Amino acid sequence: MTTMATPTQSTSATSAQEYNPKSESGTVKRIKSIIFHIVALALVGVVLYPALWMVVSSFKPNSEIGGSTTQLWSNNFSFDNFITAMDGIGGVSTLTFFTNSLILAVGAVVGTVLSASVSAYAFARINFPGRGIFFGMMIATLLLPFHVVIIPQYIVFQQLGLVDTYVPLLIGKFLAADAFFVFLMVQFMRGLPAELDEAARIDGAGHVRIFGSIMLPLMKPALISTSIFSFIWSWNDFLGPLLYLNTPEKYPLPLALRLFVDQTQSSDYGAMIAMSVLALLPVLVFFLVFQRYIVEGVSTQGLKG
Amino acid sequence: MTQTPTLSRRSQSSTPSQPRTSRRRGTDARAGYTFLLPWLLGFIALTVGPMISSLYLSFTNYNLFDAPKWIGLDNYATLFQDERFLQSVGVTLSYVVFGTPLKLAAALAIAMLLNSKRKGQGFYRSAFYAPSLIGASVSIAIVWKAMFGDSGPVDEGLSFFGIDLGGWVGNPSMTMPMMILLTVWQFGAPMVIFLAGLKQIPADLYEAASMDGAGPVRKFFNITWPMLSPVIFFNLLMETIHAFQIFASAYIISNGEGGPAGSTLFYTLYLYLRGFSDFRMGYASAMAWLLVIVVGIITLIFFKTSKSWVHYSGDSK
Repeated sequence: MTTMATPTQSTSATSAQEYNPKSESGTVKRIKSIIFHIVALALVGVVLYPALWMVVSSFKPNSEIGGSTTQLWSNNFSFDNFITAMDGIGGVSTLTFFTNSLILAVGAVVGTVLSASVSAYAFARINFPGRGIFFGMMIATLLLPFHVVIIPQYIVFQQLGLVDTYVPLLIGKFLAADAFFVFLMVQFMRGLPAELDEAARIDGAGHVRIFGSIMLPLMKPALISTSIFSFIWSWNDFLGPLLYLNTPEKYPLPLALRLFVDQTQSSDYGAMIAMSVLALLPVLVFFLVFQRYIVEGVSTQGLKG
Repeated sequence: MTQTPTLSRRSQSSTPSQPRTSRRRGTDARAGYTFLLPWLLGFIALTVGPMISSLYLSFTNYNLFDAPKWIGLDNYATLFQDERFLQSVGVTLSYVVFGTPLKLAAALAIAMLLNSKRKGQGFYRSAFYAPSLIGASVSIAIVWKAMFGDSGPVDEGLSFFGIDLGGWVGNPSMTMPMMILLTVWQFGAPMVIFLAGLKQIPADLYEAASMDGAGPVRKFFNITWPMLSPVIFFNLLMETIHAFQIFASAYIISNGEGGPAGSTLFYTLYLYLRGFSDFRMGYASAMAWLLVIVVGIITLIFFKTSKSWVHYSGDSK
């Protein structure tokens, strides 16, 4: 009988009573559950407060955002800030920045999914000399601070006349430069039964067919995780566009946002916050729609935010 | 344990060794390299090539317009007399040393809180994870700056309790706590990984410990910590490396200058300023290589010391 725990250590009987869940009565359980939810909800409140503050403030008039009032609620909610924010900056409308961000993010998703899946197939399913060494090198790039490559990369793109185009921002995606996604897909493919491709091979299928008709359809969960994260990372990327783009018409949202901050500073807080909300909107929507995939993807693959 | 630490360990050591006929190996080699082509091209053109040229540049004076001039170890020697460089090292180290453990402690604490069968776990997991997804964005940096601004909501909230810290954004001694709060706030990513690890710990271990009369503290140190150590190790390594590379939020919060008084002059921000504002590309390359060396050494130390505290389930049984 597990409930009759005899304490052999110095700790007293009370602790055995307290920490043996089977000895708890219904009311104790309920109280514990209520306490748990109160604590957890309070923590959620604290953690989500900055996001809530951002969204609420974006509807407030300037005078009520910083300074005198700390109240979250206001009686003067309006869309004025968003109207100002949509005007954009320097004669470029915010819609243009949105389109630019979208082009970059979709490009990143397409490039990453194509190149990472193909490369991962080679690592996971084809036996060729040097595979182990290359795989080790790919893992090593996961730990490599990418700052060591940005200066020479910049110099090369500058000499090729590709600065202020999207090529430097997208080419890496088509060349599986985000080793993380390759790694993720390799791990996923290794979990798929080897009998599948062996059978296909006996039937005379080559690697192209095995990859296209067997692996790709089975890899859907990994492809979805990759797409979501590569979209969001590209959407939030700041350093890349900061280095390579210098025409405001080509700016994606994070860069436009910086320009906006530089020019308005604290004079139009409301519009600044509204634009921050707009810039995060797709990420927030993505999160609400795909939160299960996102959180599960993180817990099984160790992705970062 | 979660997949990542154990799998990565296995995959690193496992080299394919299935015997094949030579004809088969030949065709597979061709197919292998063909499929690997995108990654291989990228690896050579975007990683190995640039790394070699950056190493070369680090020994030169180069301003992007004139030809690089070989100066040997001068850049490295100058670095250690450059006060702003030393300051950026200090700023980054204090961020890594204080921010990372705090973030992981928060992640572990909340993961343990959530590691029970109760209603709403999915909601809590998602809610706590959300900041990790948006935390590195420019938007959040702007919000952070506004919230911690002088007489902003945080300042006002604290003064309600009679606390006056003299502002955050404009106060050099408070910018680091502010930046650390920003990273701790993003504890969701390691938390989710911790949760997955906690779920792998067999419940009968805790039951047995309860029968022996072990309290929560003993259970934590004798069961949770050792059983979770591979995941703790993975999170610690990744978060540390990650923390060294903070850029966007530092750039926005400090208006791209590292102020006030250099208190947010993070390593990568100074590297950016040297390379892309002053066009001292050789100098910045030397900084980049120092970062690689430091991160490499830290990774090595982590792996070496991990043997004494990280337990893989296969090892002990």
